[in-house]
Amino acid sequence: MLGQFIETLIGGVLTGVLYALVALGFVLIFKASGVFNFAQGAMVLFAALAVARLAEIMPLPFAVAAAIAIMIALAYAIEFFVLRRLVNQEGIILFMATLGITYFLEGFGQTIWGSDIYKINLGIPREPIFLFQEVFPGGILLDREELAAAIVCAILVAVLAVFFQVTRIGRALRAVADDHQAAQAVGIPLNYIWLIVWAVSGIVAIAAGMIWGSKLGVQFSISLVALKALPVLILGGLTSIPGAIVGGLIIGAGEKLAEVMLGPILIRWFDLAGGGIENWFAYVLALIFLLFRPQGLFGERIIERV
Amino acid sequence: MLYRETGQFKTSYASDAAIFPIAQDRWFVIGLLVFAFFVLPLFANQYLYTEVLIPVLILSLAAIGLNILTGYCGQLSLGTGGFMAVGAYAAYNLLLRVPETNLILVLLFGGLMAMLVGVLFGIPSLRIKGFYLAVATLAAQFFIEWAFARVKWFTNYAPSGSVAVGQLELFGIPLDTPMKKYLFVLAMVSLLALAAKNLVRGRLGRMWMAMRDMDIAAEIIGIRPLHAKLSAFAVSSFYIGVAGALWAFLRLGSWEPLAFDINRSFQILFMIIIGGLGSILGSFLGAAFIVLVPIFLNQIPGLIGIPMSTAMISHLEFMIFGAMIVFFLIVEPHGLARLWAIAKEKLRLWPFPY
Repeated sequence: MLGQFIETLIGGVLTGVLYALVALGFVLIFKASGVFNFAQGAMVLFAALAVARLAEIMPLPFAVAAAIAIMIALAYAIEFFVLRRLVNQEGIILFMATLGITYFLEGFGQTIWGSDIYKINLGIPREPIFLFQEVFPGGILLDREELAAAIVCAILVAVLAVFFQVTRIGRALRAVADDHQAAQAVGIPLNYIWLIVWAVSGIVAIAAGMIWGSKLGVQFSISLVALKALPVLILGGLTSIPGAIVGGLIIGAGEKLAEVMLGPILIRWFDLAGGGIENWFAYVLALIFLLFRPQGLFGERIIERV
Repeated sequence: MLYRETGQFKTSYASDAAIFPIAQDRWFVIGLLVFAFFVLPLFANQYLYTEVLIPVLILSLAAIGLNILTGYCGQLSLGTGGFMAVGAYAAYNLLLRVPETNLILVLLFGGLMAMLVGVLFGIPSLRIKGFYLAVATLAAQFFIEWAFARVKWFTNYAPSGSVAVGQLELFGIPLDTPMKKYLFVLAMVSLLALAAKNLVRGRLGRMWMAMRDMDIAAEIIGIRPLHAKLSAFAVSSFYIGVAGALWAFLRLGSWEPLAFDINRSFQILFMIIIGGLGSILGSFLGAAFIVLVPIFLNQIPGLIGIPMSTAMISHLEFMIFGAMIVFFLIVEPHGLARLWAIAKEKLRLWPFPY
């Protein structure tokens, strides 16, 4: 029983890492430009499709490099065609614009890359690892791909942290996040910064898309699973990178545990036709969180000035 | 020349507060209604009814509902599909358990239940706004979808929540042909749209708009946020619920929760963005646009002679919708309704330059 609990927990945490990877892309853009980028999920799909299809004609490292170039071009296109023309609009208008980008990217990605289910082979062995076989009967099953995801995520966060704290561009990014006008006044080019954050979240999307694609196959549903990143953000706080990680872990573990522990109870009480609690658990958890702590676990307190 | 209000004086308070103060507008709307009620049925065929007219009308109603919440009160909602599902399944349950209920009552009951659920999920709007609220309404969407797929009682123990309604009848007249269904939908939608138009012109609508434009200022001049926001959620969900019940009963006939998934929510949100936020007319224009564009797109490959797979067409549809959304937000944030207003303004001056 305890073994099963721990196994579920670890499985959930590792899924949570994937949510966190998507959420990371959201946070980067929100911090730097105040745009709530709904299209992050579509970007993950687009990136995964690009890697999967390019890997068919060239070795994987080249495919990834090409995908990075494509995502940077995409970031430029979004900045040039959309963001630049919507400067000074309300957040909600920008949000709806990213909804439009989402639809466009989903259609565009599937038009040029095709809409079948593609495989990305990362070269990670399929067979799972068993841990603590002497402590629990049967041991604890660990998926190697999920483990790889966790490691990639840790590396990405470390690199991003260094990028934000140490480099010149990182300092400029933080300045823009703090105050657009003041940043512009001291000579930081806003358009350039936005291009950089969109490109960086595009690259984060490639990482998320590759891991997800190797786990589930690259298909349309990736962009829906990415919606789960929204409750992660609410939980962690929209402006906090550690928040995105911790929120992802909590949601990932929480929904798996809810499915396994709470599911049978709910089914018995309400005479349900099966579980599927993980479909809504994350959102309802976020909703409850919003009622009591709207800024999330690590977010900055929301202060309204008139 | 023709479209000019010169000489039309407002001589009473009633005429000052009329919905269509300009005679030409009045006649245009009356003409349109006469056309829709009496002329269209003379030549419309089944395809036109079931694929164009009925969907446009019902989705317009849902768009009006969302427009009240998002366009007039400024509360973004992504839970429209969920609230439509509540309306559909509530109406289904009433009809199932009390079979002799009048169809209109059944549909209104669907609206009322959706209203209750809407108010419940609207409570967070008192603390949060913008995209935070969007996530809260996503919770409504996913939870409701799940509930109707899983809780057996709601769907009368049907597997995977797929249910069907039999022959509908209204005051003893069976609604069996597409024409009868169309006329019934048209009557319901016209009445509800009229009510909505009057609501948003009145005290309630002004409260919502004040809330939308600046909530803090609205609060200072004495508008209670609780009252304003929850009433917007209530009215909006009522409309969406009725639209959901109509969609299920008169468009689909048999349905499952998947008919009201998140894509439905986005579809209706796109209608009000393209049609025009904060405009009843815009809801109709947007619904017509979103329903008609895919139909035209399906015709194009046949017309220009390039064979295209259906998957390709649906991807193109996605791209065009996405691009249209961005285009409208950039060029004309007030949507088709604003273009209409500009056209009218031009028409007033025509043929003189100013």
